[in-house]
Amino acid sequence: MPKITIDGTEIEVEKGTTVIQAAEQLGIEIPRYCYHPGLSIVGVCRICLVEIERMPKLQVACYTPVTDGMVVHTNNEKVLQARRAVLEFLLINHPLDCPVCDQAGECWLQNFYMQHGLYDSKMFEDKVKKQKALDIGPNVMLDSERCILCSRCVRFCDEITETFELGIFNRGDHAELLPYPGQELDNKYSGNTIDICPVGALTDKDFRFRTRVWYLTETPSVCPGCSTGCNISVHHNDKRPYKAGGIRISRLKPRYNPEVNQWWMCDEGRYGFTYVDDDSRIVAPQKKTRGRWQELSWNDAIDEIANKMKDTIDKHGAEAFGVILSPQMTNEDLFAAKRFFKETLELENIDFEVAAREKGYEDDFLMKADKNPNTEGAKKLGVSAMDNSGLEVAQMLAEAKDKRLKALYICHHDLEKGFNKEEVKAALSKVDLVIFQGTNQNLTSNLANYCLPSATFVEIDGTFTNFAGRVQRIHKAVEPLGESKPDWIIFRNLSKRLGKSMPYFEPEDVFNALVEEVDAFKGLSYEKIGEHGILLDGHEESAEKEMGALVA
Amino acid sequence: MSEKIISKFFDIEDSHTIDVYEKHGGYEAIRKVLKKWTPEEIIKEVSNANLRGLGGAGFPAGRKWSFIPKNSPKPKYLVINADESEPGTFKDRYVIDNYTHGLFEGIMIASYAIGANMAFIYIRGEYVRQAERLVEQIEAAYKKGYLGKQIFGSEFDLDLIVHRGAGAYICGEETALLESLEGKKGWPRMKPPFPAIEGVFRSPTIVNNVETLAYVPTIIKNGADSFANLGSERNGGLRLYSISGHVKNPGVYELPMGTPLREIIYKHAGGLQNGNGIKAVVPGGSSSPILTPDEIDVKMDFDSLAAIDSMLGSAGIIVMDESTCMVRALYVVTRFYHHESCGQCTPCREGTGWAEKVLKRILDGNGRPEDIDNLVEIADNIIGNTICPLGDAAALPIQSYVKKFREEFEYHVREGKCDVKGH
Repeated sequence: MPKITIDGTEIEVEKGTTVIQAAEQLGIEIPRYCYHPGLSIVGVCRICLVEIERMPKLQVACYTPVTDGMVVHTNNEKVLQARRAVLEFLLINHPLDCPVCDQAGECWLQNFYMQHGLYDSKMFEDKVKKQKALDIGPNVMLDSERCILCSRCVRFCDEITETFELGIFNRGDHAELLPYPGQELDNKYSGNTIDICPVGALTDKDFRFRTRVWYLTETPSVCPGCSTGCNISVHHNDKRPYKAGGIRISRLKPRYNPEVNQWWMCDEGRYGFTYVDDDSRIVAPQKKTRGRWQELSWNDAIDEIANKMKDTIDKHGAEAFGVILSPQMTNEDLFAAKRFFKETLELENIDFEVAAREKGYEDDFLMKADKNPNTEGAKKLGVSAMDNSGLEVAQMLAEAKDKRLKALYICHHDLEKGFNKEEVKAALSKVDLVIFQGTNQNLTSNLANYCLPSATFVEIDGTFTNFAGRVQRIHKAVEPLGESKPDWIIFRNLSKRLGKSMPYFEPEDVFNALVEEVDAFKGLSYEKIGEHGILLDGHEESAEKEMGALVA
Repeated sequence: MSEKIISKFFDIEDSHTIDVYEKHGGYEAIRKVLKKWTPEEIIKEVSNANLRGLGGAGFPAGRKWSFIPKNSPKPKYLVINADESEPGTFKDRYVIDNYTHGLFEGIMIASYAIGANMAFIYIRGEYVRQAERLVEQIEAAYKKGYLGKQIFGSEFDLDLIVHRGAGAYICGEETALLESLEGKKGWPRMKPPFPAIEGVFRSPTIVNNVETLAYVPTIIKNGADSFANLGSERNGGLRLYSISGHVKNPGVYELPMGTPLREIIYKHAGGLQNGNGIKAVVPGGSSSPILTPDEIDVKMDFDSLAAIDSMLGSAGIIVMDESTCMVRALYVVTRFYHHESCGQCTPCREGTGWAEKVLKRILDGNGRPEDIDNLVEIADNIIGNTICPLGDAAALPIQSYVKKFREEFEYHVREGKCDVKGH
């Protein structure tokens, strides 16, 4: 393995490592615009120029492989001068419209100017004019004047999505990033171009002019949009909520996980969070009396529902009760549900799977047809009909229609997605007691007698298990909306009312209990799951599959 | 009169045809080579002849050929750079027009030496007549069995294809040329890999200039020493000097490597028009650092010009007399490089346009004292920091014009006008 000395410190690195990567291993950040570890290397921005001893010219750190005995300077006067010069060149034709630019605060022109520039402007000439506020696709706006032609977005569309929408047209300082004639930047992953744009050239239609980035707080999480479980950061606006018209979640950004999603996420997941602050959110326990919804306190709701559930079971037996859990729920929520329904109430008709009528979009990259983040977790926890030798969801609906089922407890599902609307109506209208527990109103909730408000994935802590058996953590970014609560707390409270308390105070308590009981999770803890998740035993091969899909 | 190799054909009628070329000893070298020589022997002979790359970089041609990997399973290609675009340079056009089959013979020998069965002539888009001539003469060569399968009855196959550029100076840079040849935008590539390892279509490729290849048949025919001895030390043979500007007889002159610049201007090009004195001379295409009258005794070869911080480059000499405004001259040169910058990497893309604007402002009488140093700083910040040499090509004139004619720039800034008569 070659040894290299960077700014006086020696390090041994893998063969093929570039200077910029070796420096990173030493904690030295060489500035970069065009270099992105997930894309091919083009060496065009020239900001990463470094001095390598015995080479007459400065070299770009992104492209130069380490050789044994190489001595690199990233910080001497010659390098700093070149870096300042490149910044100055990049900025002479830049509009410097930071006050109205959405990138301000996370702009690498601003950041590197503060770190490496700080010169006085010598530019007195008219700037080159280019096209502004171009609507180039369903999610992306382009300001060509702000573009520094690093070509990251072009390479993303060429190399990652292979959709080839973007090009750089014209020559010299009139060179301009644009979609090819007649094309739009419209692919399943287009939002990533915004993430990797180091400046304000590509901005997000969904985020433009909504909030300044310095008001945002970031919370690590996992996308609940499908079973891949892409790692994300939830960006939420806690500091000036009144400026956002009640919208607390400003955007989702992919978070690097080498095993799952690398640097990327799909648009479906990226823009799929709007239900969190939507008007359809259920914000308090509700009860339907004579066809009208009426709010009630949690205390009353728990009392009434617990009593009615008990009555039903007493009167008609456990076989007259159906429970439909959801793979949208965390492992913790599912485990608490299982404790409650199976142990406290001794029910058998417990299932979670509702096959979607319309198959979800799937590709060989990140998007999976299963649009649930925790199907694998639900399977592992044993909450399917098979595990409980009870009725499947379809059978429950059939039994309901025949009036043999007297109570149904439905978590999160909109049954309409799996069954014909009329079918669902016909079944649910025959059941005496329908309890819906979920985040948003839907057809199913409208057909229920009681609605209990669940917190959404950005409002809770917990874990999901992705398709490959990787357990990953989600973190609470904002408080549950209104009166909504995490599912596990609702089940804990119901259980307590029925005389069986569950000693859980934090999601971690639920997880630890789960670990004790479910073999697949043996030995795990929140600490061990860490930043990038952990594969359950027996899933090593699946992990390779995950990577295979990305590398292929 | 000194010896001529290529230019003796300039005055022969129909010298571009096979018959005339063969009547004057053409296609003897390739026949000899195909019968008796190994590729290694050719490379050695060309190396010993001290043939340098005459496109401008001056890299020893034989050594370049030796870089082709011996055991690569990929096809090898020869690419002929006929994208002659450097202002002040027009020698390759003469070669194509008058020594067409001499060029082809050089291509055949080089292809055989590097193991290429396909060669491409990438020709400047504006050279319409020359492209037509090439196509027509290639057809004639195919008809005679000089190109195609088993050329000259040997076991060696060679196809020769003409590819026209679309009018970008940058495509004369060899890696941009290869990109363009592949049908892509003419953006220079990062090196390594060098073309000899990974060139056109990711295969080993040698890129040679027209003039370089045109001298190859003579080297084979007359021997390396006889060619080397025509030139100066380490700069073998003759060279086609293009001379333009304020001289009486502009044109292409074939003279030994190392001929003094003064001799080329006064003896061969007839001196200056109207008996004017010299103010400045560009020795090797517009990108080469400019020379003052006291420097024109320099020998015109790669090493002698490098020794005085200039370069022989394409040997495109531009003579400027005392009536020339150096600020305007630099503006014209800088405008050209700005126009031709490919825009791929930052310093050249942004720096060339900035420099042009500053120069324009000075010319318009709105210069500021700090502009002059700023121009030099812009140039300093471009040099050496770009992917390809276009950045240097734009910056070197700025540095040298300002250094050598600083008072003229200062006068422009101070007085808002030119102190040269007639401007």
